Formats: sequence, structure tokens, C-alpha cells
Amino acid sequence: MSSWTLQQSTNEHLAGWNRPQVIKPEGDGEVLEVSMGPHHPSTHGVFRMDVKLDGEKVIGLKPVFGYLHRNHEQLGEKLSYLAIMPYTDRLDYFCSLSNNWGYAMAVEKLAGLEVPERADHLRVILAELTRFQNHASWIGFLAQEMGASGTPLMYAFREREKILDLFEELTGSRMMCNYMRFGGCRVDPTAEWLSETRKVVQGLHKFVDEFENLLTGNEILMSRTQGVGVLSHDLAVNASVSGPMARASGVNYDIRKVDHYGIYDRFNFRVPLGEHGDIYDRYMVRVLEIRESLSILEQALKSVPGGPILDPKAKSRGIRPKAGEAYGRIEAPKGELGFYLISDGAGSPYRYRIRPPSFINLTVLEDMCLGHNVADAILILGSVDIVLGEVDR
Amino acid sequence: MAIDQELKIEMGKQGVVVTTLQELYNWGRKSSVWPMQFGLACCAIEMIATTMARYDLARFGAEVFRPSPRQADLMIISGTVTKKMAPQVVRLYNQMGEPRYVIAMGACAISGGPFKQGYNVLKGIDRYIPVDVHIPGCPPRPEALLQAFITLQNKIQAQPLTGPNRPRHLDAEAQGEFPVPVQGEHDLEPTSNPGVWTVPVVIR
Amino acid sequence: MKTIEEIQAAIEAAVPGGEVTIVMNPSPAAQHSLLVGAGKAVAVAKFLRDDAELALDFCSNVTGVDWLDREIAEKVKVTKTVTKTVDGVEQQVEETVEETVKRAVPGYLECVYHLYSVAKKHGPVVIRMRTANRSDMVELPSLTPIWRGAEFQEREVFDLYGIVFTGHPDLRRILMWDEFKDHPMRKDYVLPDDFEYEPTPHDDVLKRAEAHRADVAQEGAAQ
Ligand code: SF4
Repeated sequence: MSSWTLQQSTNEHLAGWNRPQVIKPEGDGEVLEVSMGPHHPSTHGVFRMDVKLDGEKVIGLKPVFGYLHRNHEQLGEKLSYLAIMPYTDRLDYFCSLSNNWGYAMAVEKLAGLEVPERADHLRVILAELTRFQNHASWIGFLAQEMGASGTPLMYAFREREKILDLFEELTGSRMMCNYMRFGGCRVDPTAEWLSETRKVVQGLHKFVDEFENLLTGNEILMSRTQGVGVLSHDLAVNASVSGPMARASGVNYDIRKVDHYGIYDRFNFRVPLGEHGDIYDRYMVRVLEIRESLSILEQALKSVPGGPILDPKAKSRGIRPKAGEAYGRIEAPKGELGFYLISDGAGSPYRYRIRPPSFINLTVLEDMCLGHNVADAILILGSVDIVLGEVDR
Repeated sequence: MAIDQELKIEMGKQGVVVTTLQELYNWGRKSSVWPMQFGLACCAIEMIATTMARYDLARFGAEVFRPSPRQADLMIISGTVTKKMAPQVVRLYNQMGEPRYVIAMGACAISGGPFKQGYNVLKGIDRYIPVDVHIPGCPPRPEALLQAFITLQNKIQAQPLTGPNRPRHLDAEAQGEFPVPVQGEHDLEPTSNPGVWTVPVVIR
Repeated sequence: MKTIEEIQAAIEAAVPGGEVTIVMNPSPAAQHSLLVGAGKAVAVAKFLRDDAELALDFCSNVTGVDWLDREIAEKVKVTKTVTKTVDGVEQQVEETVEETVKRAVPGYLECVYHLYSVAKKHGPVVIRMRTANRSDMVELPSLTPIWRGAEFQEREVFDLYGIVFTGHPDLRRILMWDEFKDHPMRKDYVLPDDFEYEPTPHDDVLKRAEAHRADVAQEGAAQ
């Protein structure tokens, strides 16, 4: 089963600074090849790593994908534009609303649609709530991989349920929200929903404090994560790493700030950056991002205007954009989520492509793991924050 | 076998517990079903949510998720089974010890669900391994998983220990290994296991 | 940021013979792209990355597109000499008529790169490369040595479209299993036949399910 026999999988013949260095085994030179996954308790879903070990030390690692390749792109090319929307929910199933936004934005670019104020506010609110629950659960999973079985995850899911209740009340579904439409949103929230959301957001502050109290200064967390899985700034940029992972390596690139999409310009928030690029920085960047999200949420909830939630020109059903192409991208919780659409004037896209952030962030997995112990490799994989639905699509 | 229910209650009032071996045995089995820690796709997140504080699967004696198939009794197929993954799922199932049960959770595990028309998606795991409980939904709510779990418990409770319907671990003849499909040049080979799955007849 | 024409000019100045042409995008998104000849593509990419003003250091998205052989119906103005009777006298008159001409356009596979600049915070610049045809000349130079971020995505394009990237460090299938033979994202890919049971068949699926049933019946009759 091992893929090492395939000739090209070595990288010794490749000169060039952007390749992982090659580590030669020490001592008796015996190399152990382990296939981790696709069923492995610590891989996030069905993901496999072919690991080469010298004792405990990782000297080579190849990720193997495709165990959840569900053919999103091929199905998308057979479906109408609107029918793709529920499929985007199932890409990164933690963050269905961000995915909705990314796709809606690409179609809006393709068809030239405007989004009304109110819908823009709702989108920001929902996207930030999504970011919150994604990062909180991610921290829980990371702690679980360090051996804290259950407790932090339990806390995170407790809060997540509150947010999911909000989603369910608004969209009718806990996880697969299918909420955004081209040029707006699907249902108008009631005033009660907004005030309920305000209440929940209030409570979340306390949760973050509590969470940080438990974790941030924790001895075990610090010693397991500091200096482990370091990713340099230059490699992060060259390997197209995006999102919190790039920012932990000091890459100052947040699409909310760069592209000025939606109405993020109006809100006051900071972009946390890491200095070392290790797992601890990735953890800290996410914790700080959660706090910034809460601040965005408070500002957005204060100023939700009235009005329509759908562009009157927009037509969701049977939309046929003129021939052309568009690439729309947003800052999803995991990184840059892009949708690339080519239209030939028909009712379904000629080409429907998803740029999955967690898939591309895995490019540097080998570089980060080389020289570390196997146990750390698991942690490093965890720190990337992958969801297989999006990695394999 | 059968006890007079009235007599049983009467004796219970006197402090004497009467039961049958079958009832006791099945009660023990159904109260400690250990699922395998095995998530496939979106539905797995709902499965995790079910084990968390709000839904608390532990109430049914199933909080111990085992990473190893050898120690697990229940396989919850929580999500889309792709053709690349299907051989591994069958292999994992083969590695589980009897008695073993399978819950197919979500539209994908039942039939391929929304991804049915994909070239790499298996149209239902019941083509290769026997499934005890199907849960529809995309994703099924945690309550639905709990319901499926209770259904499974009822099924276990009702199993006679002798006769043709006895559990497979008491049946030396029962099939233990299921053939693992091979990944061919265009598709899985064979596309289904005829011993497990026969093409249903659609009545229109 | 520079306009697409300026970028084209800059490339042509820096990489002579780069064969860069502009592909206009008529949609409101107006993300026009540069079609780069495969021969000098690596040099062009290197220039785009290292040029101080462009600094396109972030290769965000790499994807394949399959364009089938097509027939384009074009309206062409043709000038013809026709014999006409004007005022009872036969004359030779030049006349311009519109004719629909069918032209076969050979298909090709295309690889599209979306580039951004992290340093300068601008983008996207879209570059594309085309193969000579869809069957045997499907090689394109890999841009992974320039942008590492293209590594897995080029592997994916190889897997799903069958574009062979020369100079790629590790070109293997990535999503499908190694024994798999087809390139399933191509437009003419035929789905595997697992249509034994279709509870609610419609359109395409209905046809395929019926074809499957007919096949099974034939096999049954043969035995
Ligand atoms: S049934 Fe729905 S939620 Fe469950 S795995 Fe399939 S697509 Fe995901």
C-alpha cells in the first residue's frame, strides 16, 4: 500500500529552497514506514499520512487524500447555480455559513448583483458566529489531541450548541444552513432573534475568559506546543498558506482587510499576528481572533438597519449569468476560501471550482513535521485545522 | 422461557427478583454497547455532538468510544462512504469481534445521499456489510441518533439466544468475514456483495 | 496595481518570446487573464513573482478546465460578385452578404492560476496555459518550483483532468486511488455503471438505469 515505491515521491533530486529538507536516518539507518489512518483516532476524519520514522523521529511524511472525495466539483457542473448552494454547506461542515457566503459572492461577481445593507450585516454576524464556534471547537480538538480527553471539547461544544440554536432558529437547520442567496439572504430574522443573539454574544465573553484561564497558561499545553511545528514566514507565503495559520507565522494578510469585502470596512477590529509560527502561536492567534470576532459581532449587532434582505434585481431560481468567469474569495475561519466559476451562459456553471483553504494549508505539513516525534506530528496536523469535507471535496 | 409477568411483579414486591438468563444476558449486552470512534463526514460532527453534554449518549451506556475495532461492538457509519474508503470500512468491520452492530447514519451512509451521482461515492454501505439500523436525515439530529440507539437496544433485548435468529456470536456457522471490494480501474469490483445486498424491487 | 495591458507589456519586456496574450472576461467581474505560452511559462512566472512592482508571491488557486472540441457558428461578411438584372440589363454587382460559417475549434485542456500579492496586497492576476490538444499532447510546465502552493493543486489537476506537469516534484494521483485509469472531471467522462437501484430515477439517471437493466437482462438471456 505504501506509496514510497513510486519513484517521484522522493525530493532529493529537487534543488530549490521551497522543498522540505531531506533527513538521513542516523544509527543503523533502519527506517520504519507507518501508514497512519485513514481510520486513526487522532486524524481529523478520514485522512492518511504515510510516515517514515527513524526511531521516534519523523524523517518523511506524505499525506494521502481522497478518502472523502465526494465530487463536489463534478456535481456542481451538472446542477443549477442555486442547487449548488446546499452543497457548499457540506464542504467545511463546521462553517456552512461562511461557505455560503463565499459561493454567493462568486455568483454575485459573475452576475453583477448588489447586496442590501441589512443582508450584509446579517452575513457578517453569521460569519463571525461561525468563526467563533469553529475556533472554539478547534481548540477543544487540539487539547484532546494533547490528552485532555473531553473537558475542553465539552466546554467548546456547550457554547457551540448555543450558537447552533441561533442558526437553527434562523435557518431551520443546525449545521447545514443553506441560508445565503445571490444578492442577499433567504429569511429575515425577527427582532427577537437579534436580541437573543445579543444575549448569547454577551455570554460568550465569559466563556472565552474561562477557556483561556484553563488553557493559555497551562504548563502541558505550553511545553507540548511551543517551538513545535515551526513554519517560516517566507515558506508560508510561497506555499499559499492562508488564514490563522499564515498569520501565526507573521504573514499580515487578512482578506477581510485586504479585499474590503462585505462591510468589514466599517468595523473596528485588529488582525492578530504570531511571531514564532509554532503551534502555540496558532493557538494564540485563534484565541485572539475569537475576541476580535466578538467585538465585530457587538458592533454589527448594534447597527443592523431595516430594509430588504434581497437585491430586488436578483433572481435566485433559474439564474443564468452571462458568459464569463469570476473568482470570489472570503476569509473563512480556516483561511482563504475561493470559488471560481466559469459560465457559458447556461443554467449551470461550465466550471465550478472550490479553492479549499485546509487542503492547501496541508502543503507544508511535511516541512513542519520533519525532525519531530510522531506524537508531535499528530499535534501539528491538528494545528492546521482541517476538515476533510473541504480537503477532499 | 416465558415467565408469568404477574407472578414476576408479585415476587418483585416481595423482594425476589426473577428473570431469565436470556433477559439478563441481553440486558447486560444492550447496556454496554461500545461504539467505534470512527467519523467519516459531516454526520460525524453530529455524532460528536450527541456524546457531548447536551445530548449525553452516556445515559445509554455508550460513552466509551473505542479507537480500535477489536474493542468495539457498534460501528456508526457517520457520513459519506466513498469508493476509496469503502474497502477500509469493510476491513474495519471484519476486524470487529462478534457481536457487532452497524448503524448507518445519514442519507449518505444509506444511499449516497446528496452525493449519489458522484463517481467516487458509494450508493449505500449496505451493499457490502449488513446494517442494523438506518437513520435518515442530512445530517440526522442528535435526537435521531439517540432514537436509533434505543432501537438497537430494543433489537438486542429481543434477540433469542437459541434458534435460527440467535445472535451471530452464538452461531458457529455465521459469516464472519465479508469480502473486501477491490479498487479497480474504473470502479470498485464487485459493485456490491450479492450475499448481503439484493437489488430491491421498486413498486410504482 | 497595473492594468492587464501594462502587465502584458512588462512581461514582454522582461521575458522576450513569452507569448503573452490577453483573454478578456466579459462578465461584470472583469477579471481579465493572460494566456501564457507553455514554452516560457516558468520564466514568466518567475518574473511575476520576483518583479518588485508586481510581487505576485501568493499563488492562490490552480485549476483545470476542459474545453471540448467545438463547432463555432460565426457570422462572416463575404463579398461576392453576383449577376443581377438591374433595369433590364444584366450586370455584375459586388455585394456583401452575411453567411454563417461553421468552424471546428479543437479542444484543449487549460490550467488557470490565480495570483495575489501578499507583500503589496493586490490581485488577482489570472494566468492560464493551454495544452495542444486533449489526448496525447497534454503536457504543461509545472509552476510548483516557483510557487510551492501549486504542488497539491497541480497534482489534483493531473488526477482529475490528466494534464501532465513536467518538472513537478511528485506527480501522482491525489484524490482517486492509484489504480484508477480515468480522468473524471473531463467533460466526456463516463460514469461507472452502478445503477442497479434507483428509487427515483429521472432524466439522465433514468436513461442510465434503463441501460443497466437492459444490460443485465441481456446477460441473463445469454447464460
Ligand atoms: S448525510 Fe448529509 S450530513 Fe451526513 S454525511 Fe451525508 S451530506 Fe453530510
